[in-house]
Amino acid sequence: MSKHKRTIRLFEPALVGKAVKQSFVKLSPRLMVKNPVMFTVEIGTAVMLAVTLYQLFTGDNSQGALWYNITIFTILLLTVLFANFAEALAEARGKAQAESLRRTREDTPAKKVFTVGEMYVNEVKVVPSSQLRKGDFFICEAGDVIPMDGEIVEGIATIDESAITGESAPVIRESGGDKSSVTGGTKVLSDKIKVKVTTEPGESFLDKMIALVEGASRQKTPNEIALTILLAAFTLIFIIVCVTLKPFADYANTPITIAAFISLFVCLIPTTIGGLLSAIGIAGMDRALRANVIAKSGKAVETAGDIDVLLLDKTGTITIGNRKATNFWPADGIETTDFISNCVFASLADQTPEGKSIVELAGEKNINAKQLPANTRMIEFTAETRSSGVDLPDGIKIRKGAFDAIKNIASSNGSSFPKETEARVNQIASNGGTPLVVAVNNKVQGVIELQDIIKPGIQERFERLRKMGVKTVMVTGDNPLTAKYIAEKAGVDDFIAEAKPEDKMNYIRKEQQSGKLVAMMGDGTNDAPALAQADVGVAMNSGTQAAKEAGNMVDLDNDPTKLIEVVEIGKQLLITRGTLTTFSIANDVAKYFAIVPALFIASIPALQALNIMGLKSPESAILSAIIFNAIIIPLLIPLALKGVKYRPIGASALLRRNLLIYGLGGVIVPFIGIKLIDMALGLFM
Amino acid sequence: MNSEILGVVITFLITVLLAYPLGKYISKVFKGERTLTDFMNPVEKFFFRVCGINPTESMNWKQFLKAMLTINMLWLVYAFFLLIFQHKLPLNPDGNPGQTPDLAFNTAISFLVNCNLQHYSGESGLTYFTQLFVITFLQFVSAATGIAALVAVFNGLKEKTTENLGNFWSIFTKSITRVLLPLCIIAAIFLAFNGSPTSYDGKDSIVTLQGDSVQVSRGPAAGMIAIKHLGTNGGGWFGVNSAHPLENPNYFTNMLEMVIQVLIPVAMIFALGFYINRRKLSKVIFGVMTIGLLCLLIPTIITEINGNPAIEKLGVAQPTGAMEGKEVRFGPAASGYWSIVTTIISTGSVNSMHDSSMPMSGMMQLLGMMINAFYGGCGVGILNYLIYLIIAVFISGLMVGRTPEFMGHKVEAREVKIASLVMLLSAFLVKAFTALAAYMVAHHPEIAWQVKPGAWLNNPSYHGFSEMLYEFTSANANNGSGFEGLGDNNIFWNVTTGIVLILARFLPIIGPVAIIGLLAKKKFVPESPGTLRTDSWTFGMMTFAVIIVFNALSFFPALALGPIAEYFSMH
Repeated sequence: MSKHKRTIRLFEPALVGKAVKQSFVKLSPRLMVKNPVMFTVEIGTAVMLAVTLYQLFTGDNSQGALWYNITIFTILLLTVLFANFAEALAEARGKAQAESLRRTREDTPAKKVFTVGEMYVNEVKVVPSSQLRKGDFFICEAGDVIPMDGEIVEGIATIDESAITGESAPVIRESGGDKSSVTGGTKVLSDKIKVKVTTEPGESFLDKMIALVEGASRQKTPNEIALTILLAAFTLIFIIVCVTLKPFADYANTPITIAAFISLFVCLIPTTIGGLLSAIGIAGMDRALRANVIAKSGKAVETAGDIDVLLLDKTGTITIGNRKATNFWPADGIETTDFISNCVFASLADQTPEGKSIVELAGEKNINAKQLPANTRMIEFTAETRSSGVDLPDGIKIRKGAFDAIKNIASSNGSSFPKETEARVNQIASNGGTPLVVAVNNKVQGVIELQDIIKPGIQERFERLRKMGVKTVMVTGDNPLTAKYIAEKAGVDDFIAEAKPEDKMNYIRKEQQSGKLVAMMGDGTNDAPALAQADVGVAMNSGTQAAKEAGNMVDLDNDPTKLIEVVEIGKQLLITRGTLTTFSIANDVAKYFAIVPALFIASIPALQALNIMGLKSPESAILSAIIFNAIIIPLLIPLALKGVKYRPIGASALLRRNLLIYGLGGVIVPFIGIKLIDMALGLFM
Repeated sequence: MNSEILGVVITFLITVLLAYPLGKYISKVFKGERTLTDFMNPVEKFFFRVCGINPTESMNWKQFLKAMLTINMLWLVYAFFLLIFQHKLPLNPDGNPGQTPDLAFNTAISFLVNCNLQHYSGESGLTYFTQLFVITFLQFVSAATGIAALVAVFNGLKEKTTENLGNFWSIFTKSITRVLLPLCIIAAIFLAFNGSPTSYDGKDSIVTLQGDSVQVSRGPAAGMIAIKHLGTNGGGWFGVNSAHPLENPNYFTNMLEMVIQVLIPVAMIFALGFYINRRKLSKVIFGVMTIGLLCLLIPTIITEINGNPAIEKLGVAQPTGAMEGKEVRFGPAASGYWSIVTTIISTGSVNSMHDSSMPMSGMMQLLGMMINAFYGGCGVGILNYLIYLIIAVFISGLMVGRTPEFMGHKVEAREVKIASLVMLLSAFLVKAFTALAAYMVAHHPEIAWQVKPGAWLNNPSYHGFSEMLYEFTSANANNGSGFEGLGDNNIFWNVTTGIVLILARFLPIIGPVAIIGLLAKKKFVPESPGTLRTDSWTFGMMTFAVIIVFNALSFFPALALGPIAEYFSMH
C-alpha cells in the first residue's frame, strides 16, 4: 500500500506568480477594509503618495528630501503588498490543493438511468456528468469513473479511491449498510452498481471546501474576531500615540515631518500579525485538506483544537478490524486434536473473519482443513440462537456460540457444563477475549478463545492525547468486562460497553452538559444524530450520506485515528496566531528605541542616550525601522503557512516556551535586524 | 541610611502581616459567616428597613451597576451644591467662602471617584461642615463603592454559573460597617494621641521661637486622616497633606499612614483567595503586584538617597540624600516609599513634594499611576488588574492552542472587546488631555483665561511637561496626588480633570464587572491538563509582561519628553 502525498512546495513558482498578481488586486480599499490594521497602513501609504506628489509639483522641501519621501512611500506600499501577498499565496496554495482534488471530477460520461426512457423503462443513456441532478440514478460498471457523489442503491463493487485518498488498495462498497457512499472521480474496478446522486453539481463538500479556501465564503472564526478586536485596539492606541505626539512636539519645539509620523505609526501598529492573520487561517484549512480532511467551516478546525473528549469506535480504530482466534481450550477428557478438528468443521462454512481465523489457527497447529462431507447442513448464525455450526450427514451436530447460548443448549438436553470450561470462559472474558464455546451433540467440548488485536502504536497516540488534555473514550458493543480489559490495554481513559447508538448520544450530551467539547467519528446512519450533537463530528467518506451531512468534517481516508491529527491542526492554528501576535507586539519595543530618539534628537540632544542601537542618523533610523517592519512579513510567511508546531508538554510549559521564543525573541530580533539594516543603509547614505 | 531602609522594610512587612488576617476576615464578612463585628447587625438592619431595601435580593451585573451608578450620581449632586453653599452653612469658624462652580464640580467629582485631586487648600477652601459631610462622607462611600464592585466580581468568580453578583446595597453597607468604620476608628485614635487635632475650634494663633505670630488651622482632622488612607482616598485636611505636621506628626504616624493606605488593597487580594477558594491565585496576584512594587520602589529609593546630581556638580555634599521638598522627620527613604505606594495605590496623599522628586522617581510615580494595578485602589486595583489579566488570558490561551478560558469560562470576542476598550481608555484620556494642555501652552499661551496657559507652569521645558502629564495621569488613575508646580485652580484644569476623573472612575469599574457578569453566565468548563492555569507563576509572569509592554507602548513617547529627557539632561 503506497500513499502518494499531495505536497506543494512553499513557494511554487506558478503559485507565486498568481499571488503577486493578486497582491495588487487586493489593494482595492473595499477588500482592504476587512483588515483594519493593514487598511490603516494603506491610508498612510496614500498620504505619503500625496505628500510626494505635492513635493514634486511645488518643490516644497519642508517635509524632507524628495528621495527620502519617495523611499518611505515605496516601503509602505511594499508593506501592504507583502501582507496581500501572504494572503494571496495562502489562497493560491489552498486552491491548488483543492484543484488537484477537483480535477478528478471533471466532466465524465455518466450512464444515466431514465425511469421512463424513450424506448424502455429504466433506459440507460450516456450523458455528461454535468447533467446529473440530485435524485438521478446512474449505473457504473467495471472500468467506469464514478461521475458524481452518490449512494449505492443496488449492487456491490470494488472501487479504487486512490484519486481521492491516495490509498492504492481497493475498497468494497455496497448498497444498504454503512459503506454505501461513493465519491465522484473514483473508479469502479469490478462488478456493477446503481447509484443515486446525492448532491447538486457545485455543492459537494469538496466544492464547499474550495469556496472556503478561496475566501468567497470564508467567515472569520470566533477567535479570529476576538483577535481582530484586540489588534484594532492596539491600532487605536498607536493612533492616539501618534496624534498626541504632534502637540507634544510643538511644546518641545520640535518639527516632525509627515513621513516621520506615518513611519512611526506603521512601525508601531501590529502589521506583522495583521498582515499574516488571514493567511494563517487559510493555511489551517489547507493543512486540514492536506491531511485529507474536508472541513465544512474554519470554525470546525478551530474547535477541534479545544476538544476535551474524543469518542472512538473500538473496532477499526483501537483494534484491528476483527477478533482473531488465539487459543483452543478443550474440556477435560477431550483430545485436543479432536476438539480442534471439530472446531474446524464448525467454522469451514463460516465466512466471518472470526470463523476464518479459527481455520487459520488450526492450520498453524497442523490440523488442516478437511473437506466438509456432502449433504452437510449449515446452521447460520442468528441473533436468536446466537450460535452457528453444521449438521454432518452422519448425524453429528456441531455448534459454536456464546457461552450462555451453548449453556442453554446443553442444559436443555440434560448435560452439564464442565466446571473447568466455565472457569476458562470467565478467564477469557476478563482478559478481554471473547469465548466461543463448542458443543458436539449438545455436549460441551471446550472453548475457543478469540482476542482483539490492538493496533500497534495506538497506546502512544492516546498518551499524546492525554498530554494535550484530551480524554479518550472507547465505544464498543462488547460486554463491560471485555471492554474494560481492552480499554486498559490500549490506554483509553473511559469506555462505553454494550453500546447502543443512543448511548453515544447520551454520553456526548452528558459531557457537553459539564461544559466539555466532544469530538467523534462515525460512518453509519445511526451515527448521524451523535455526529450532529458532537462539537466536532468527523464522518468517514465511505459512510452514508446522512452521516456526512450531520458531521462538520469529512475524512477522505476513512481513517478513524484522523481525529488526533485534526485536534493538532486546530491547536496549531491558534498557536500560530497567538505567537505571531506576541512577536508583532514585542517588536515595538525596539522600534520605539529606533524612532523616538530619531524624532527628537535635534531639539533634545540628551535623548541620544536612548539611541542604544547607535543608529547613524535620524533618517537612517526611521528607514531601518520601517524596512524591518516590511520585510519581517515575507520572512514570516513560511512560518504562517506551515504553522507553529504544537507540543504536548502541558499548557504552562508550552506558554513558557512560546513566550521565550516569540516574546523575548520578538524583543531581541528587531534590535539586531534594525541595526543590520542601518549598517547596510550606511553604505548608501 | 540603613536604619531608614530598615524602617521601610518593617513598614512593608507589618502591612502584609496585618493584611493577611484582614483578608480572611473580609472574606468571612461577605460570605455571611460569623465574625467579631456581628454586633453591627442591628445597625445594618435598621438602615435597610429605613431605606426599604431587601438585602438578600439578588442582582445581575446590569442591576448591580445600575444601583451603584444611581446612588453615585445622587452623591455627586449633593456634594456639588453643599460645596457651593458652604459659606451659608454652620461649622465655619474661619469664615471660609463657598467654592466657585468649576472648583465645586472638580472637588465633588474628585472625592466621589475616590481620587481626591485637590485644586484648593483645606485650610481656606472648605468649612468644617463640608470637610465632614462632603469630603469625609465621600471618602467612606467611594471606598465602599470600590470594595462593593470587587465583591461583585468575587461573587461572579465563586459560582460555576450564575447571574447573581450579590446585592449592591448589602455589600456596600457591610463594606462600611464591617470594614472601613472599625478600622478607621482604631487608626483615628492612634493619630489623635500622636497630635492630630480633633477639635471644632477655628484657627489658633501662636508665637514662634523667632517671635513671629502664626495662624494655625485646626479642625476635627484625625478621623478624616484615617479614612483618607484606609479608603485610598488621599485628600488631605490641610493643603500640604501628610507633609503637614498636624496631619502627620512623627515617624510613627508616618509608618501608620503608610501601613493603613496599603492595608485594604492588599487584604482584598487575600480575600479573593479565601472567598473563591483559590489561594494560589491570590498568591500569584500578590506576587506579581509585589514584584511590580519593587521594580518601581528600588530605583526611587536609590535615586533619592543618592541626592541630586545637579547639586553634586556644584560640589555640595548631600549626606542626607535629596532633601528638597522633603520633611526632615521622614528622610528620603520613607518619603520615597510613600511616594511609590501612594501612586501605585491611588491614594495620592503625599508626605513630600513630588515636584521636587528626582526625574527617575518622578517617572516611577508616573508609571505607578499609569499601570494603576500594583495593589491599586480600594477594590478597583484588582478590577484594573483583571483587565490586564483578561488580555493576558486571551493572548496566552492562543499561544497554547486552546480557546482562552478564565476560571472555567471561555473568554470570547465580547469580553476581549470590553477589556480592550477599558485598556484603551487610560491611554486615550491621559495622552489626549495632556496633548490638549501642551497645545494650549505651545500655541495659545496668552489666551485671556483666569490663569493664562503661559503661566500654568512653574517650570518650563521637560519638567513643565511632566507637571501636565502628571496631573492628567493622576486624574486618570483616580490617584489625586499632584506633582504641583501647576496653576491648577482655574476653569481649564478644573473642568478637564473633572471629565477625566469621572470617565476614568466608572468605565474601569463597569468594564470588569460586565466582563465577569458575562463570563459567569457562561457554561462552566472544567479544567483539564490542556487548560492554561491562571494561578500558575508562568501565567503571572505573562500578566506582568502584558502590564509592562502595554504601558511602555502607550506612554513611552510621553515619558521620553518628560522625565526621561530631564533625567538624561541632568546626567
